[in-house]
Amino acid sequence: MEHTSLFTRKTQCIFWGLHTTAIQRMTDYDFMIGREKPSISGIVAPSRQENFHKVFFGKKEMLIPLFGNVKQAFNSHPECDTFLNFASFRSAFDVTMHAFDIEAIKTIVITAEGIPERLARRIRETAKKKDKLIIGPSTVGAMNPGAFKVANIGGAVENIIEAKLFNTGSVGLVTRSGGLFNELANIIFRNSNGIYEGVAIGGDRFPGSEFLEHMLRFEKNPDIKMIVMLGELGGSSEYAVINAMKEGLITKPVIAWCIGTVAKYMKSEVQFGHAGAKADKEMETAQAKNKALSDAGAIVPVSYNDLPGLIAETSKKCGIKKVVKQASGFVKRSKIVSSRRTATNFICTISDDTGAEPTYIGTPISEVAGDDYSIGDVISMLWFKRRFPHWASEFFVLVLKIVADHGPAVSGAHNTRITARAGKDLISSLVSGLLTIGPRFGGAIDGAAKYFYGALDHMTPLEFVTKMKESGVNIPGIGHRIKSVRNPDKRVTILKEYADKHFPLNRLLPYALEVEKITTAKKDNLILNVDGTVGILLVDLLLSLGYSRKDILEIISSWGLFNGLFLLGRSIGFIGHYIDEKRLNMPMYRHPWSDILYDARPEEDKTQEK
Amino acid sequence: MAQRSIREIDGKQMLSRLWNEFFPEDLKLEYRGVLIDEESDLNKIESENKWLCESNLVVKPDMLFGKRGKNGLVYYKNENPGDVSWEDAKKWIKEKSSDTTTLHSGQSGTLSHFIVEPFNPHSDEYYLSINLGDKYDEIFFSLQGGVDIEENWDSVLTIKLDESISAEEAHEIIKNELRKFTDTEKFDSFVCSAYVFFRNMHYTYLEFNPFVLEDDKIILLDLVAKVDDTAHFLKGHIWGDLEFPAPFGRSLTKEENYIKGIDANSGSSLKLTILNKEGKIWTLVAGGGASVVYADTIADMGHSEELATYGEYSGNPSMEETCEYAKTLFDLMTRDGKKGKILIIGGAIANFTDVAKTFKGIICAMNEYSKKLKKCEVEVYVRRGGPNYKTGLKNLRSAGKRIGLKISVHGPETHMTDIVRMALEKQEVR
Repeated sequence: MEHTSLFTRKTQCIFWGLHTTAIQRMTDYDFMIGREKPSISGIVAPSRQENFHKVFFGKKEMLIPLFGNVKQAFNSHPECDTFLNFASFRSAFDVTMHAFDIEAIKTIVITAEGIPERLARRIRETAKKKDKLIIGPSTVGAMNPGAFKVANIGGAVENIIEAKLFNTGSVGLVTRSGGLFNELANIIFRNSNGIYEGVAIGGDRFPGSEFLEHMLRFEKNPDIKMIVMLGELGGSSEYAVINAMKEGLITKPVIAWCIGTVAKYMKSEVQFGHAGAKADKEMETAQAKNKALSDAGAIVPVSYNDLPGLIAETSKKCGIKKVVKQASGFVKRSKIVSSRRTATNFICTISDDTGAEPTYIGTPISEVAGDDYSIGDVISMLWFKRRFPHWASEFFVLVLKIVADHGPAVSGAHNTRITARAGKDLISSLVSGLLTIGPRFGGAIDGAAKYFYGALDHMTPLEFVTKMKESGVNIPGIGHRIKSVRNPDKRVTILKEYADKHFPLNRLLPYALEVEKITTAKKDNLILNVDGTVGILLVDLLLSLGYSRKDILEIISSWGLFNGLFLLGRSIGFIGHYIDEKRLNMPMYRHPWSDILYDARPEEDKTQEK
Repeated sequence: MAQRSIREIDGKQMLSRLWNEFFPEDLKLEYRGVLIDEESDLNKIESENKWLCESNLVVKPDMLFGKRGKNGLVYYKNENPGDVSWEDAKKWIKEKSSDTTTLHSGQSGTLSHFIVEPFNPHSDEYYLSINLGDKYDEIFFSLQGGVDIEENWDSVLTIKLDESISAEEAHEIIKNELRKFTDTEKFDSFVCSAYVFFRNMHYTYLEFNPFVLEDDKIILLDLVAKVDDTAHFLKGHIWGDLEFPAPFGRSLTKEENYIKGIDANSGSSLKLTILNKEGKIWTLVAGGGASVVYADTIADMGHSEELATYGEYSGNPSMEETCEYAKTLFDLMTRDGKKGKILIIGGAIANFTDVAKTFKGIICAMNEYSKKLKKCEVEVYVRRGGPNYKTGLKNLRSAGKRIGLKISVHGPETHMTDIVRMALEKQEVR
């Protein structure tokens, strides 16, 4: 069934702009009415670096992801159909026009005040063509109490409590003014049972949606028994309602009032608060509108002061019972929201040691300790925040085994040994070895992955080799000191065989092997070495698991995660080298003079020699 | 704000400045005109605009109001049309600006700004106006322009243009529509260029009534224009220093000007309009919507003539700003020392404004004017809700009591305007 409510308890939205107070207020409301999670699924904040924004959900903090653009946000959150455009008057138009092209969006709420009229009119006309509902510009928001509240409508927590704006009533409310919205919600609550749905359409000359659009929806909604409308002088949108009432399109009781009756008594022109609030013609005066509304069958008071009585009377006639169901736990939750909450400085999304038992991404340590989990699983959980399938976790284990050591002569192991022999402890010795890992030693894993994956789908293997040569960069992951085509590196063979047998997808490896064919044709030892193979196969592993190109490039480039695997594995070897030195109890090492070429004369002398 | 009227001379000078950008080469506008106001250095103007002494002139007030001809405020002849000299013009301006002028519409004030242009003898007068309509841009064109255009509305051609169309498409439509009307092709390019100018420069209304077309020369005899001031961030650099004058007859009082000054330098909104200094009912209301409702209710209950001011403070003003605002009001209200005045301190349930904080400002003003308020036996009625309203109301009540004023304080449990009823009923009993 098509639901006739503007919003429901399941409504989720994307918020444009990192307006932390407004975001927190909406989230507080979600919490107070007992939603299970914040109604804001994502925030679009093009200029921000962070990936997440922290909000309080009750006392606890939760993370809302940040996105660079609207499309991305809606693609990542298909549950959203509402877009809250909190951009300033400078960019609100562009942001809205962008959002029109996103299919998932049904409703766009625009809060900016001061969008040029010509642009606001274009927003309105485009929305009609694209079948989107616009609320605003310069709206304070809209809400279905107890279900969802968008933007700042309802005001501070105290007001929401005061006007019982958590309580689902039976009245549809539509106003221009945002400032008087609360006031009316309050009267309606006190004299009926509260509002079911409320919209402040904003005071601009060209609101994206007008009274009638919302009132026709109220008319269709069986949960709404009566309608309250607060118009004002200026413009003609109240007349659309008047005509609809005359045509019988609105049959529910309508209590209506247009503010600005005082204008008639003023001798010269006074501009009221809203841009639209100015009567250019007699029919645009509040008096004329109130009369026309009354003639069309609306219930119109003599003055604003008589509204409460009329609401009470009409509510009674509609059979609305004044029972107010307090959302269970509301009071307790509203106290939490109003209490002082302290923001945390750090965020941890991988493990938790605060419960009875520590957990890795939610899995208790007792389970992780069981036979089902290998160290490869633990790596995937703590590094990638998900448990990889068996073949992938086991690949990690295989890499760790293979890279664990490569003899005492490589720079890291050598450093570890020298440090150990200088009498330093385990950590110092290990660290001095690890510090040599970088672009020339071990670091080729990331480099190979980056260059090869960057070239895949963009260049043929030959173009890739040529380009690297032209730019004077040795291809990372290619070349070995002694191993060659005829004398293959056993470690590489093992890795390739594993991938061939277990990886669902081998995309980058075949490409790399084509590259190897070209390089080894030039020189026999320009083979794909172990670093290169590991890097390339890690890309294939992530591709097999469905990671996007963007994610993979981030993992390689900004996280440098592939080298992490080398670092972890080789630490095992370095610790071995340290222990070996301790066991042998070797003395302090001093490099022999004979192994150093001394040439320590002033530079000028050398030049003269030439 | 949004739509703002601009002076005739500003509209004409902007067109003249941007003419080559928007209008084709075979249409020429040679605009000459000066604005004379109270501060003008007439000798300087004269030496910079030699034509003033060389031509016959037309002088009109340039103060946003229309129907100047019908009000006898277009000065173009002594004996015969076109015999007004610069000396005559200066004399006429001096005379007109020395006394109050009341228009047929009832607006009344002192004329202070005049536009002086060369007198152009001409035959045919045409009409063009462009309006930012509800759904379309609307162009109205007539070959029978002039003061009686409203009576001759049958002669007006209406063209509606969709916002989304290009300038080329607009040109095509305008051309086809005009062709049914006139064979003069120069009108096409003039109307179309004017339309593109209107659209591009974020005008919301632009009227030339009348304009004259002589060979390739356009003469704009009269211009009325409104500009959308919210587009300042897009077009402000092209508009230049564009002034948005207050409507005729609304010269601000010292107090109004003072509040305007505070408002201009604040992120909050503080507005004050004095309606009747002798009025009995004074309002100190928070919020744009609520302030209208309070004024409405006083009027709807039949006391519009007693309403002294219309005003509002909103957007979380500081304590100091609120205090200055309230002091200005209290000063005006107690000046004549008459007794039995009513002060309505009202407001809706605020969304975010800290009620206790703004009330602190009001209390500070009350303390400063305590003697005068007491002497005038001012009765105070308060109603407000929102963040910290309980504290605010409590403080205000005790401040009123301390001074010795009759004060009646209410929160959201009382209907917003019900304090107006309470105040007025008491008034009637007396």
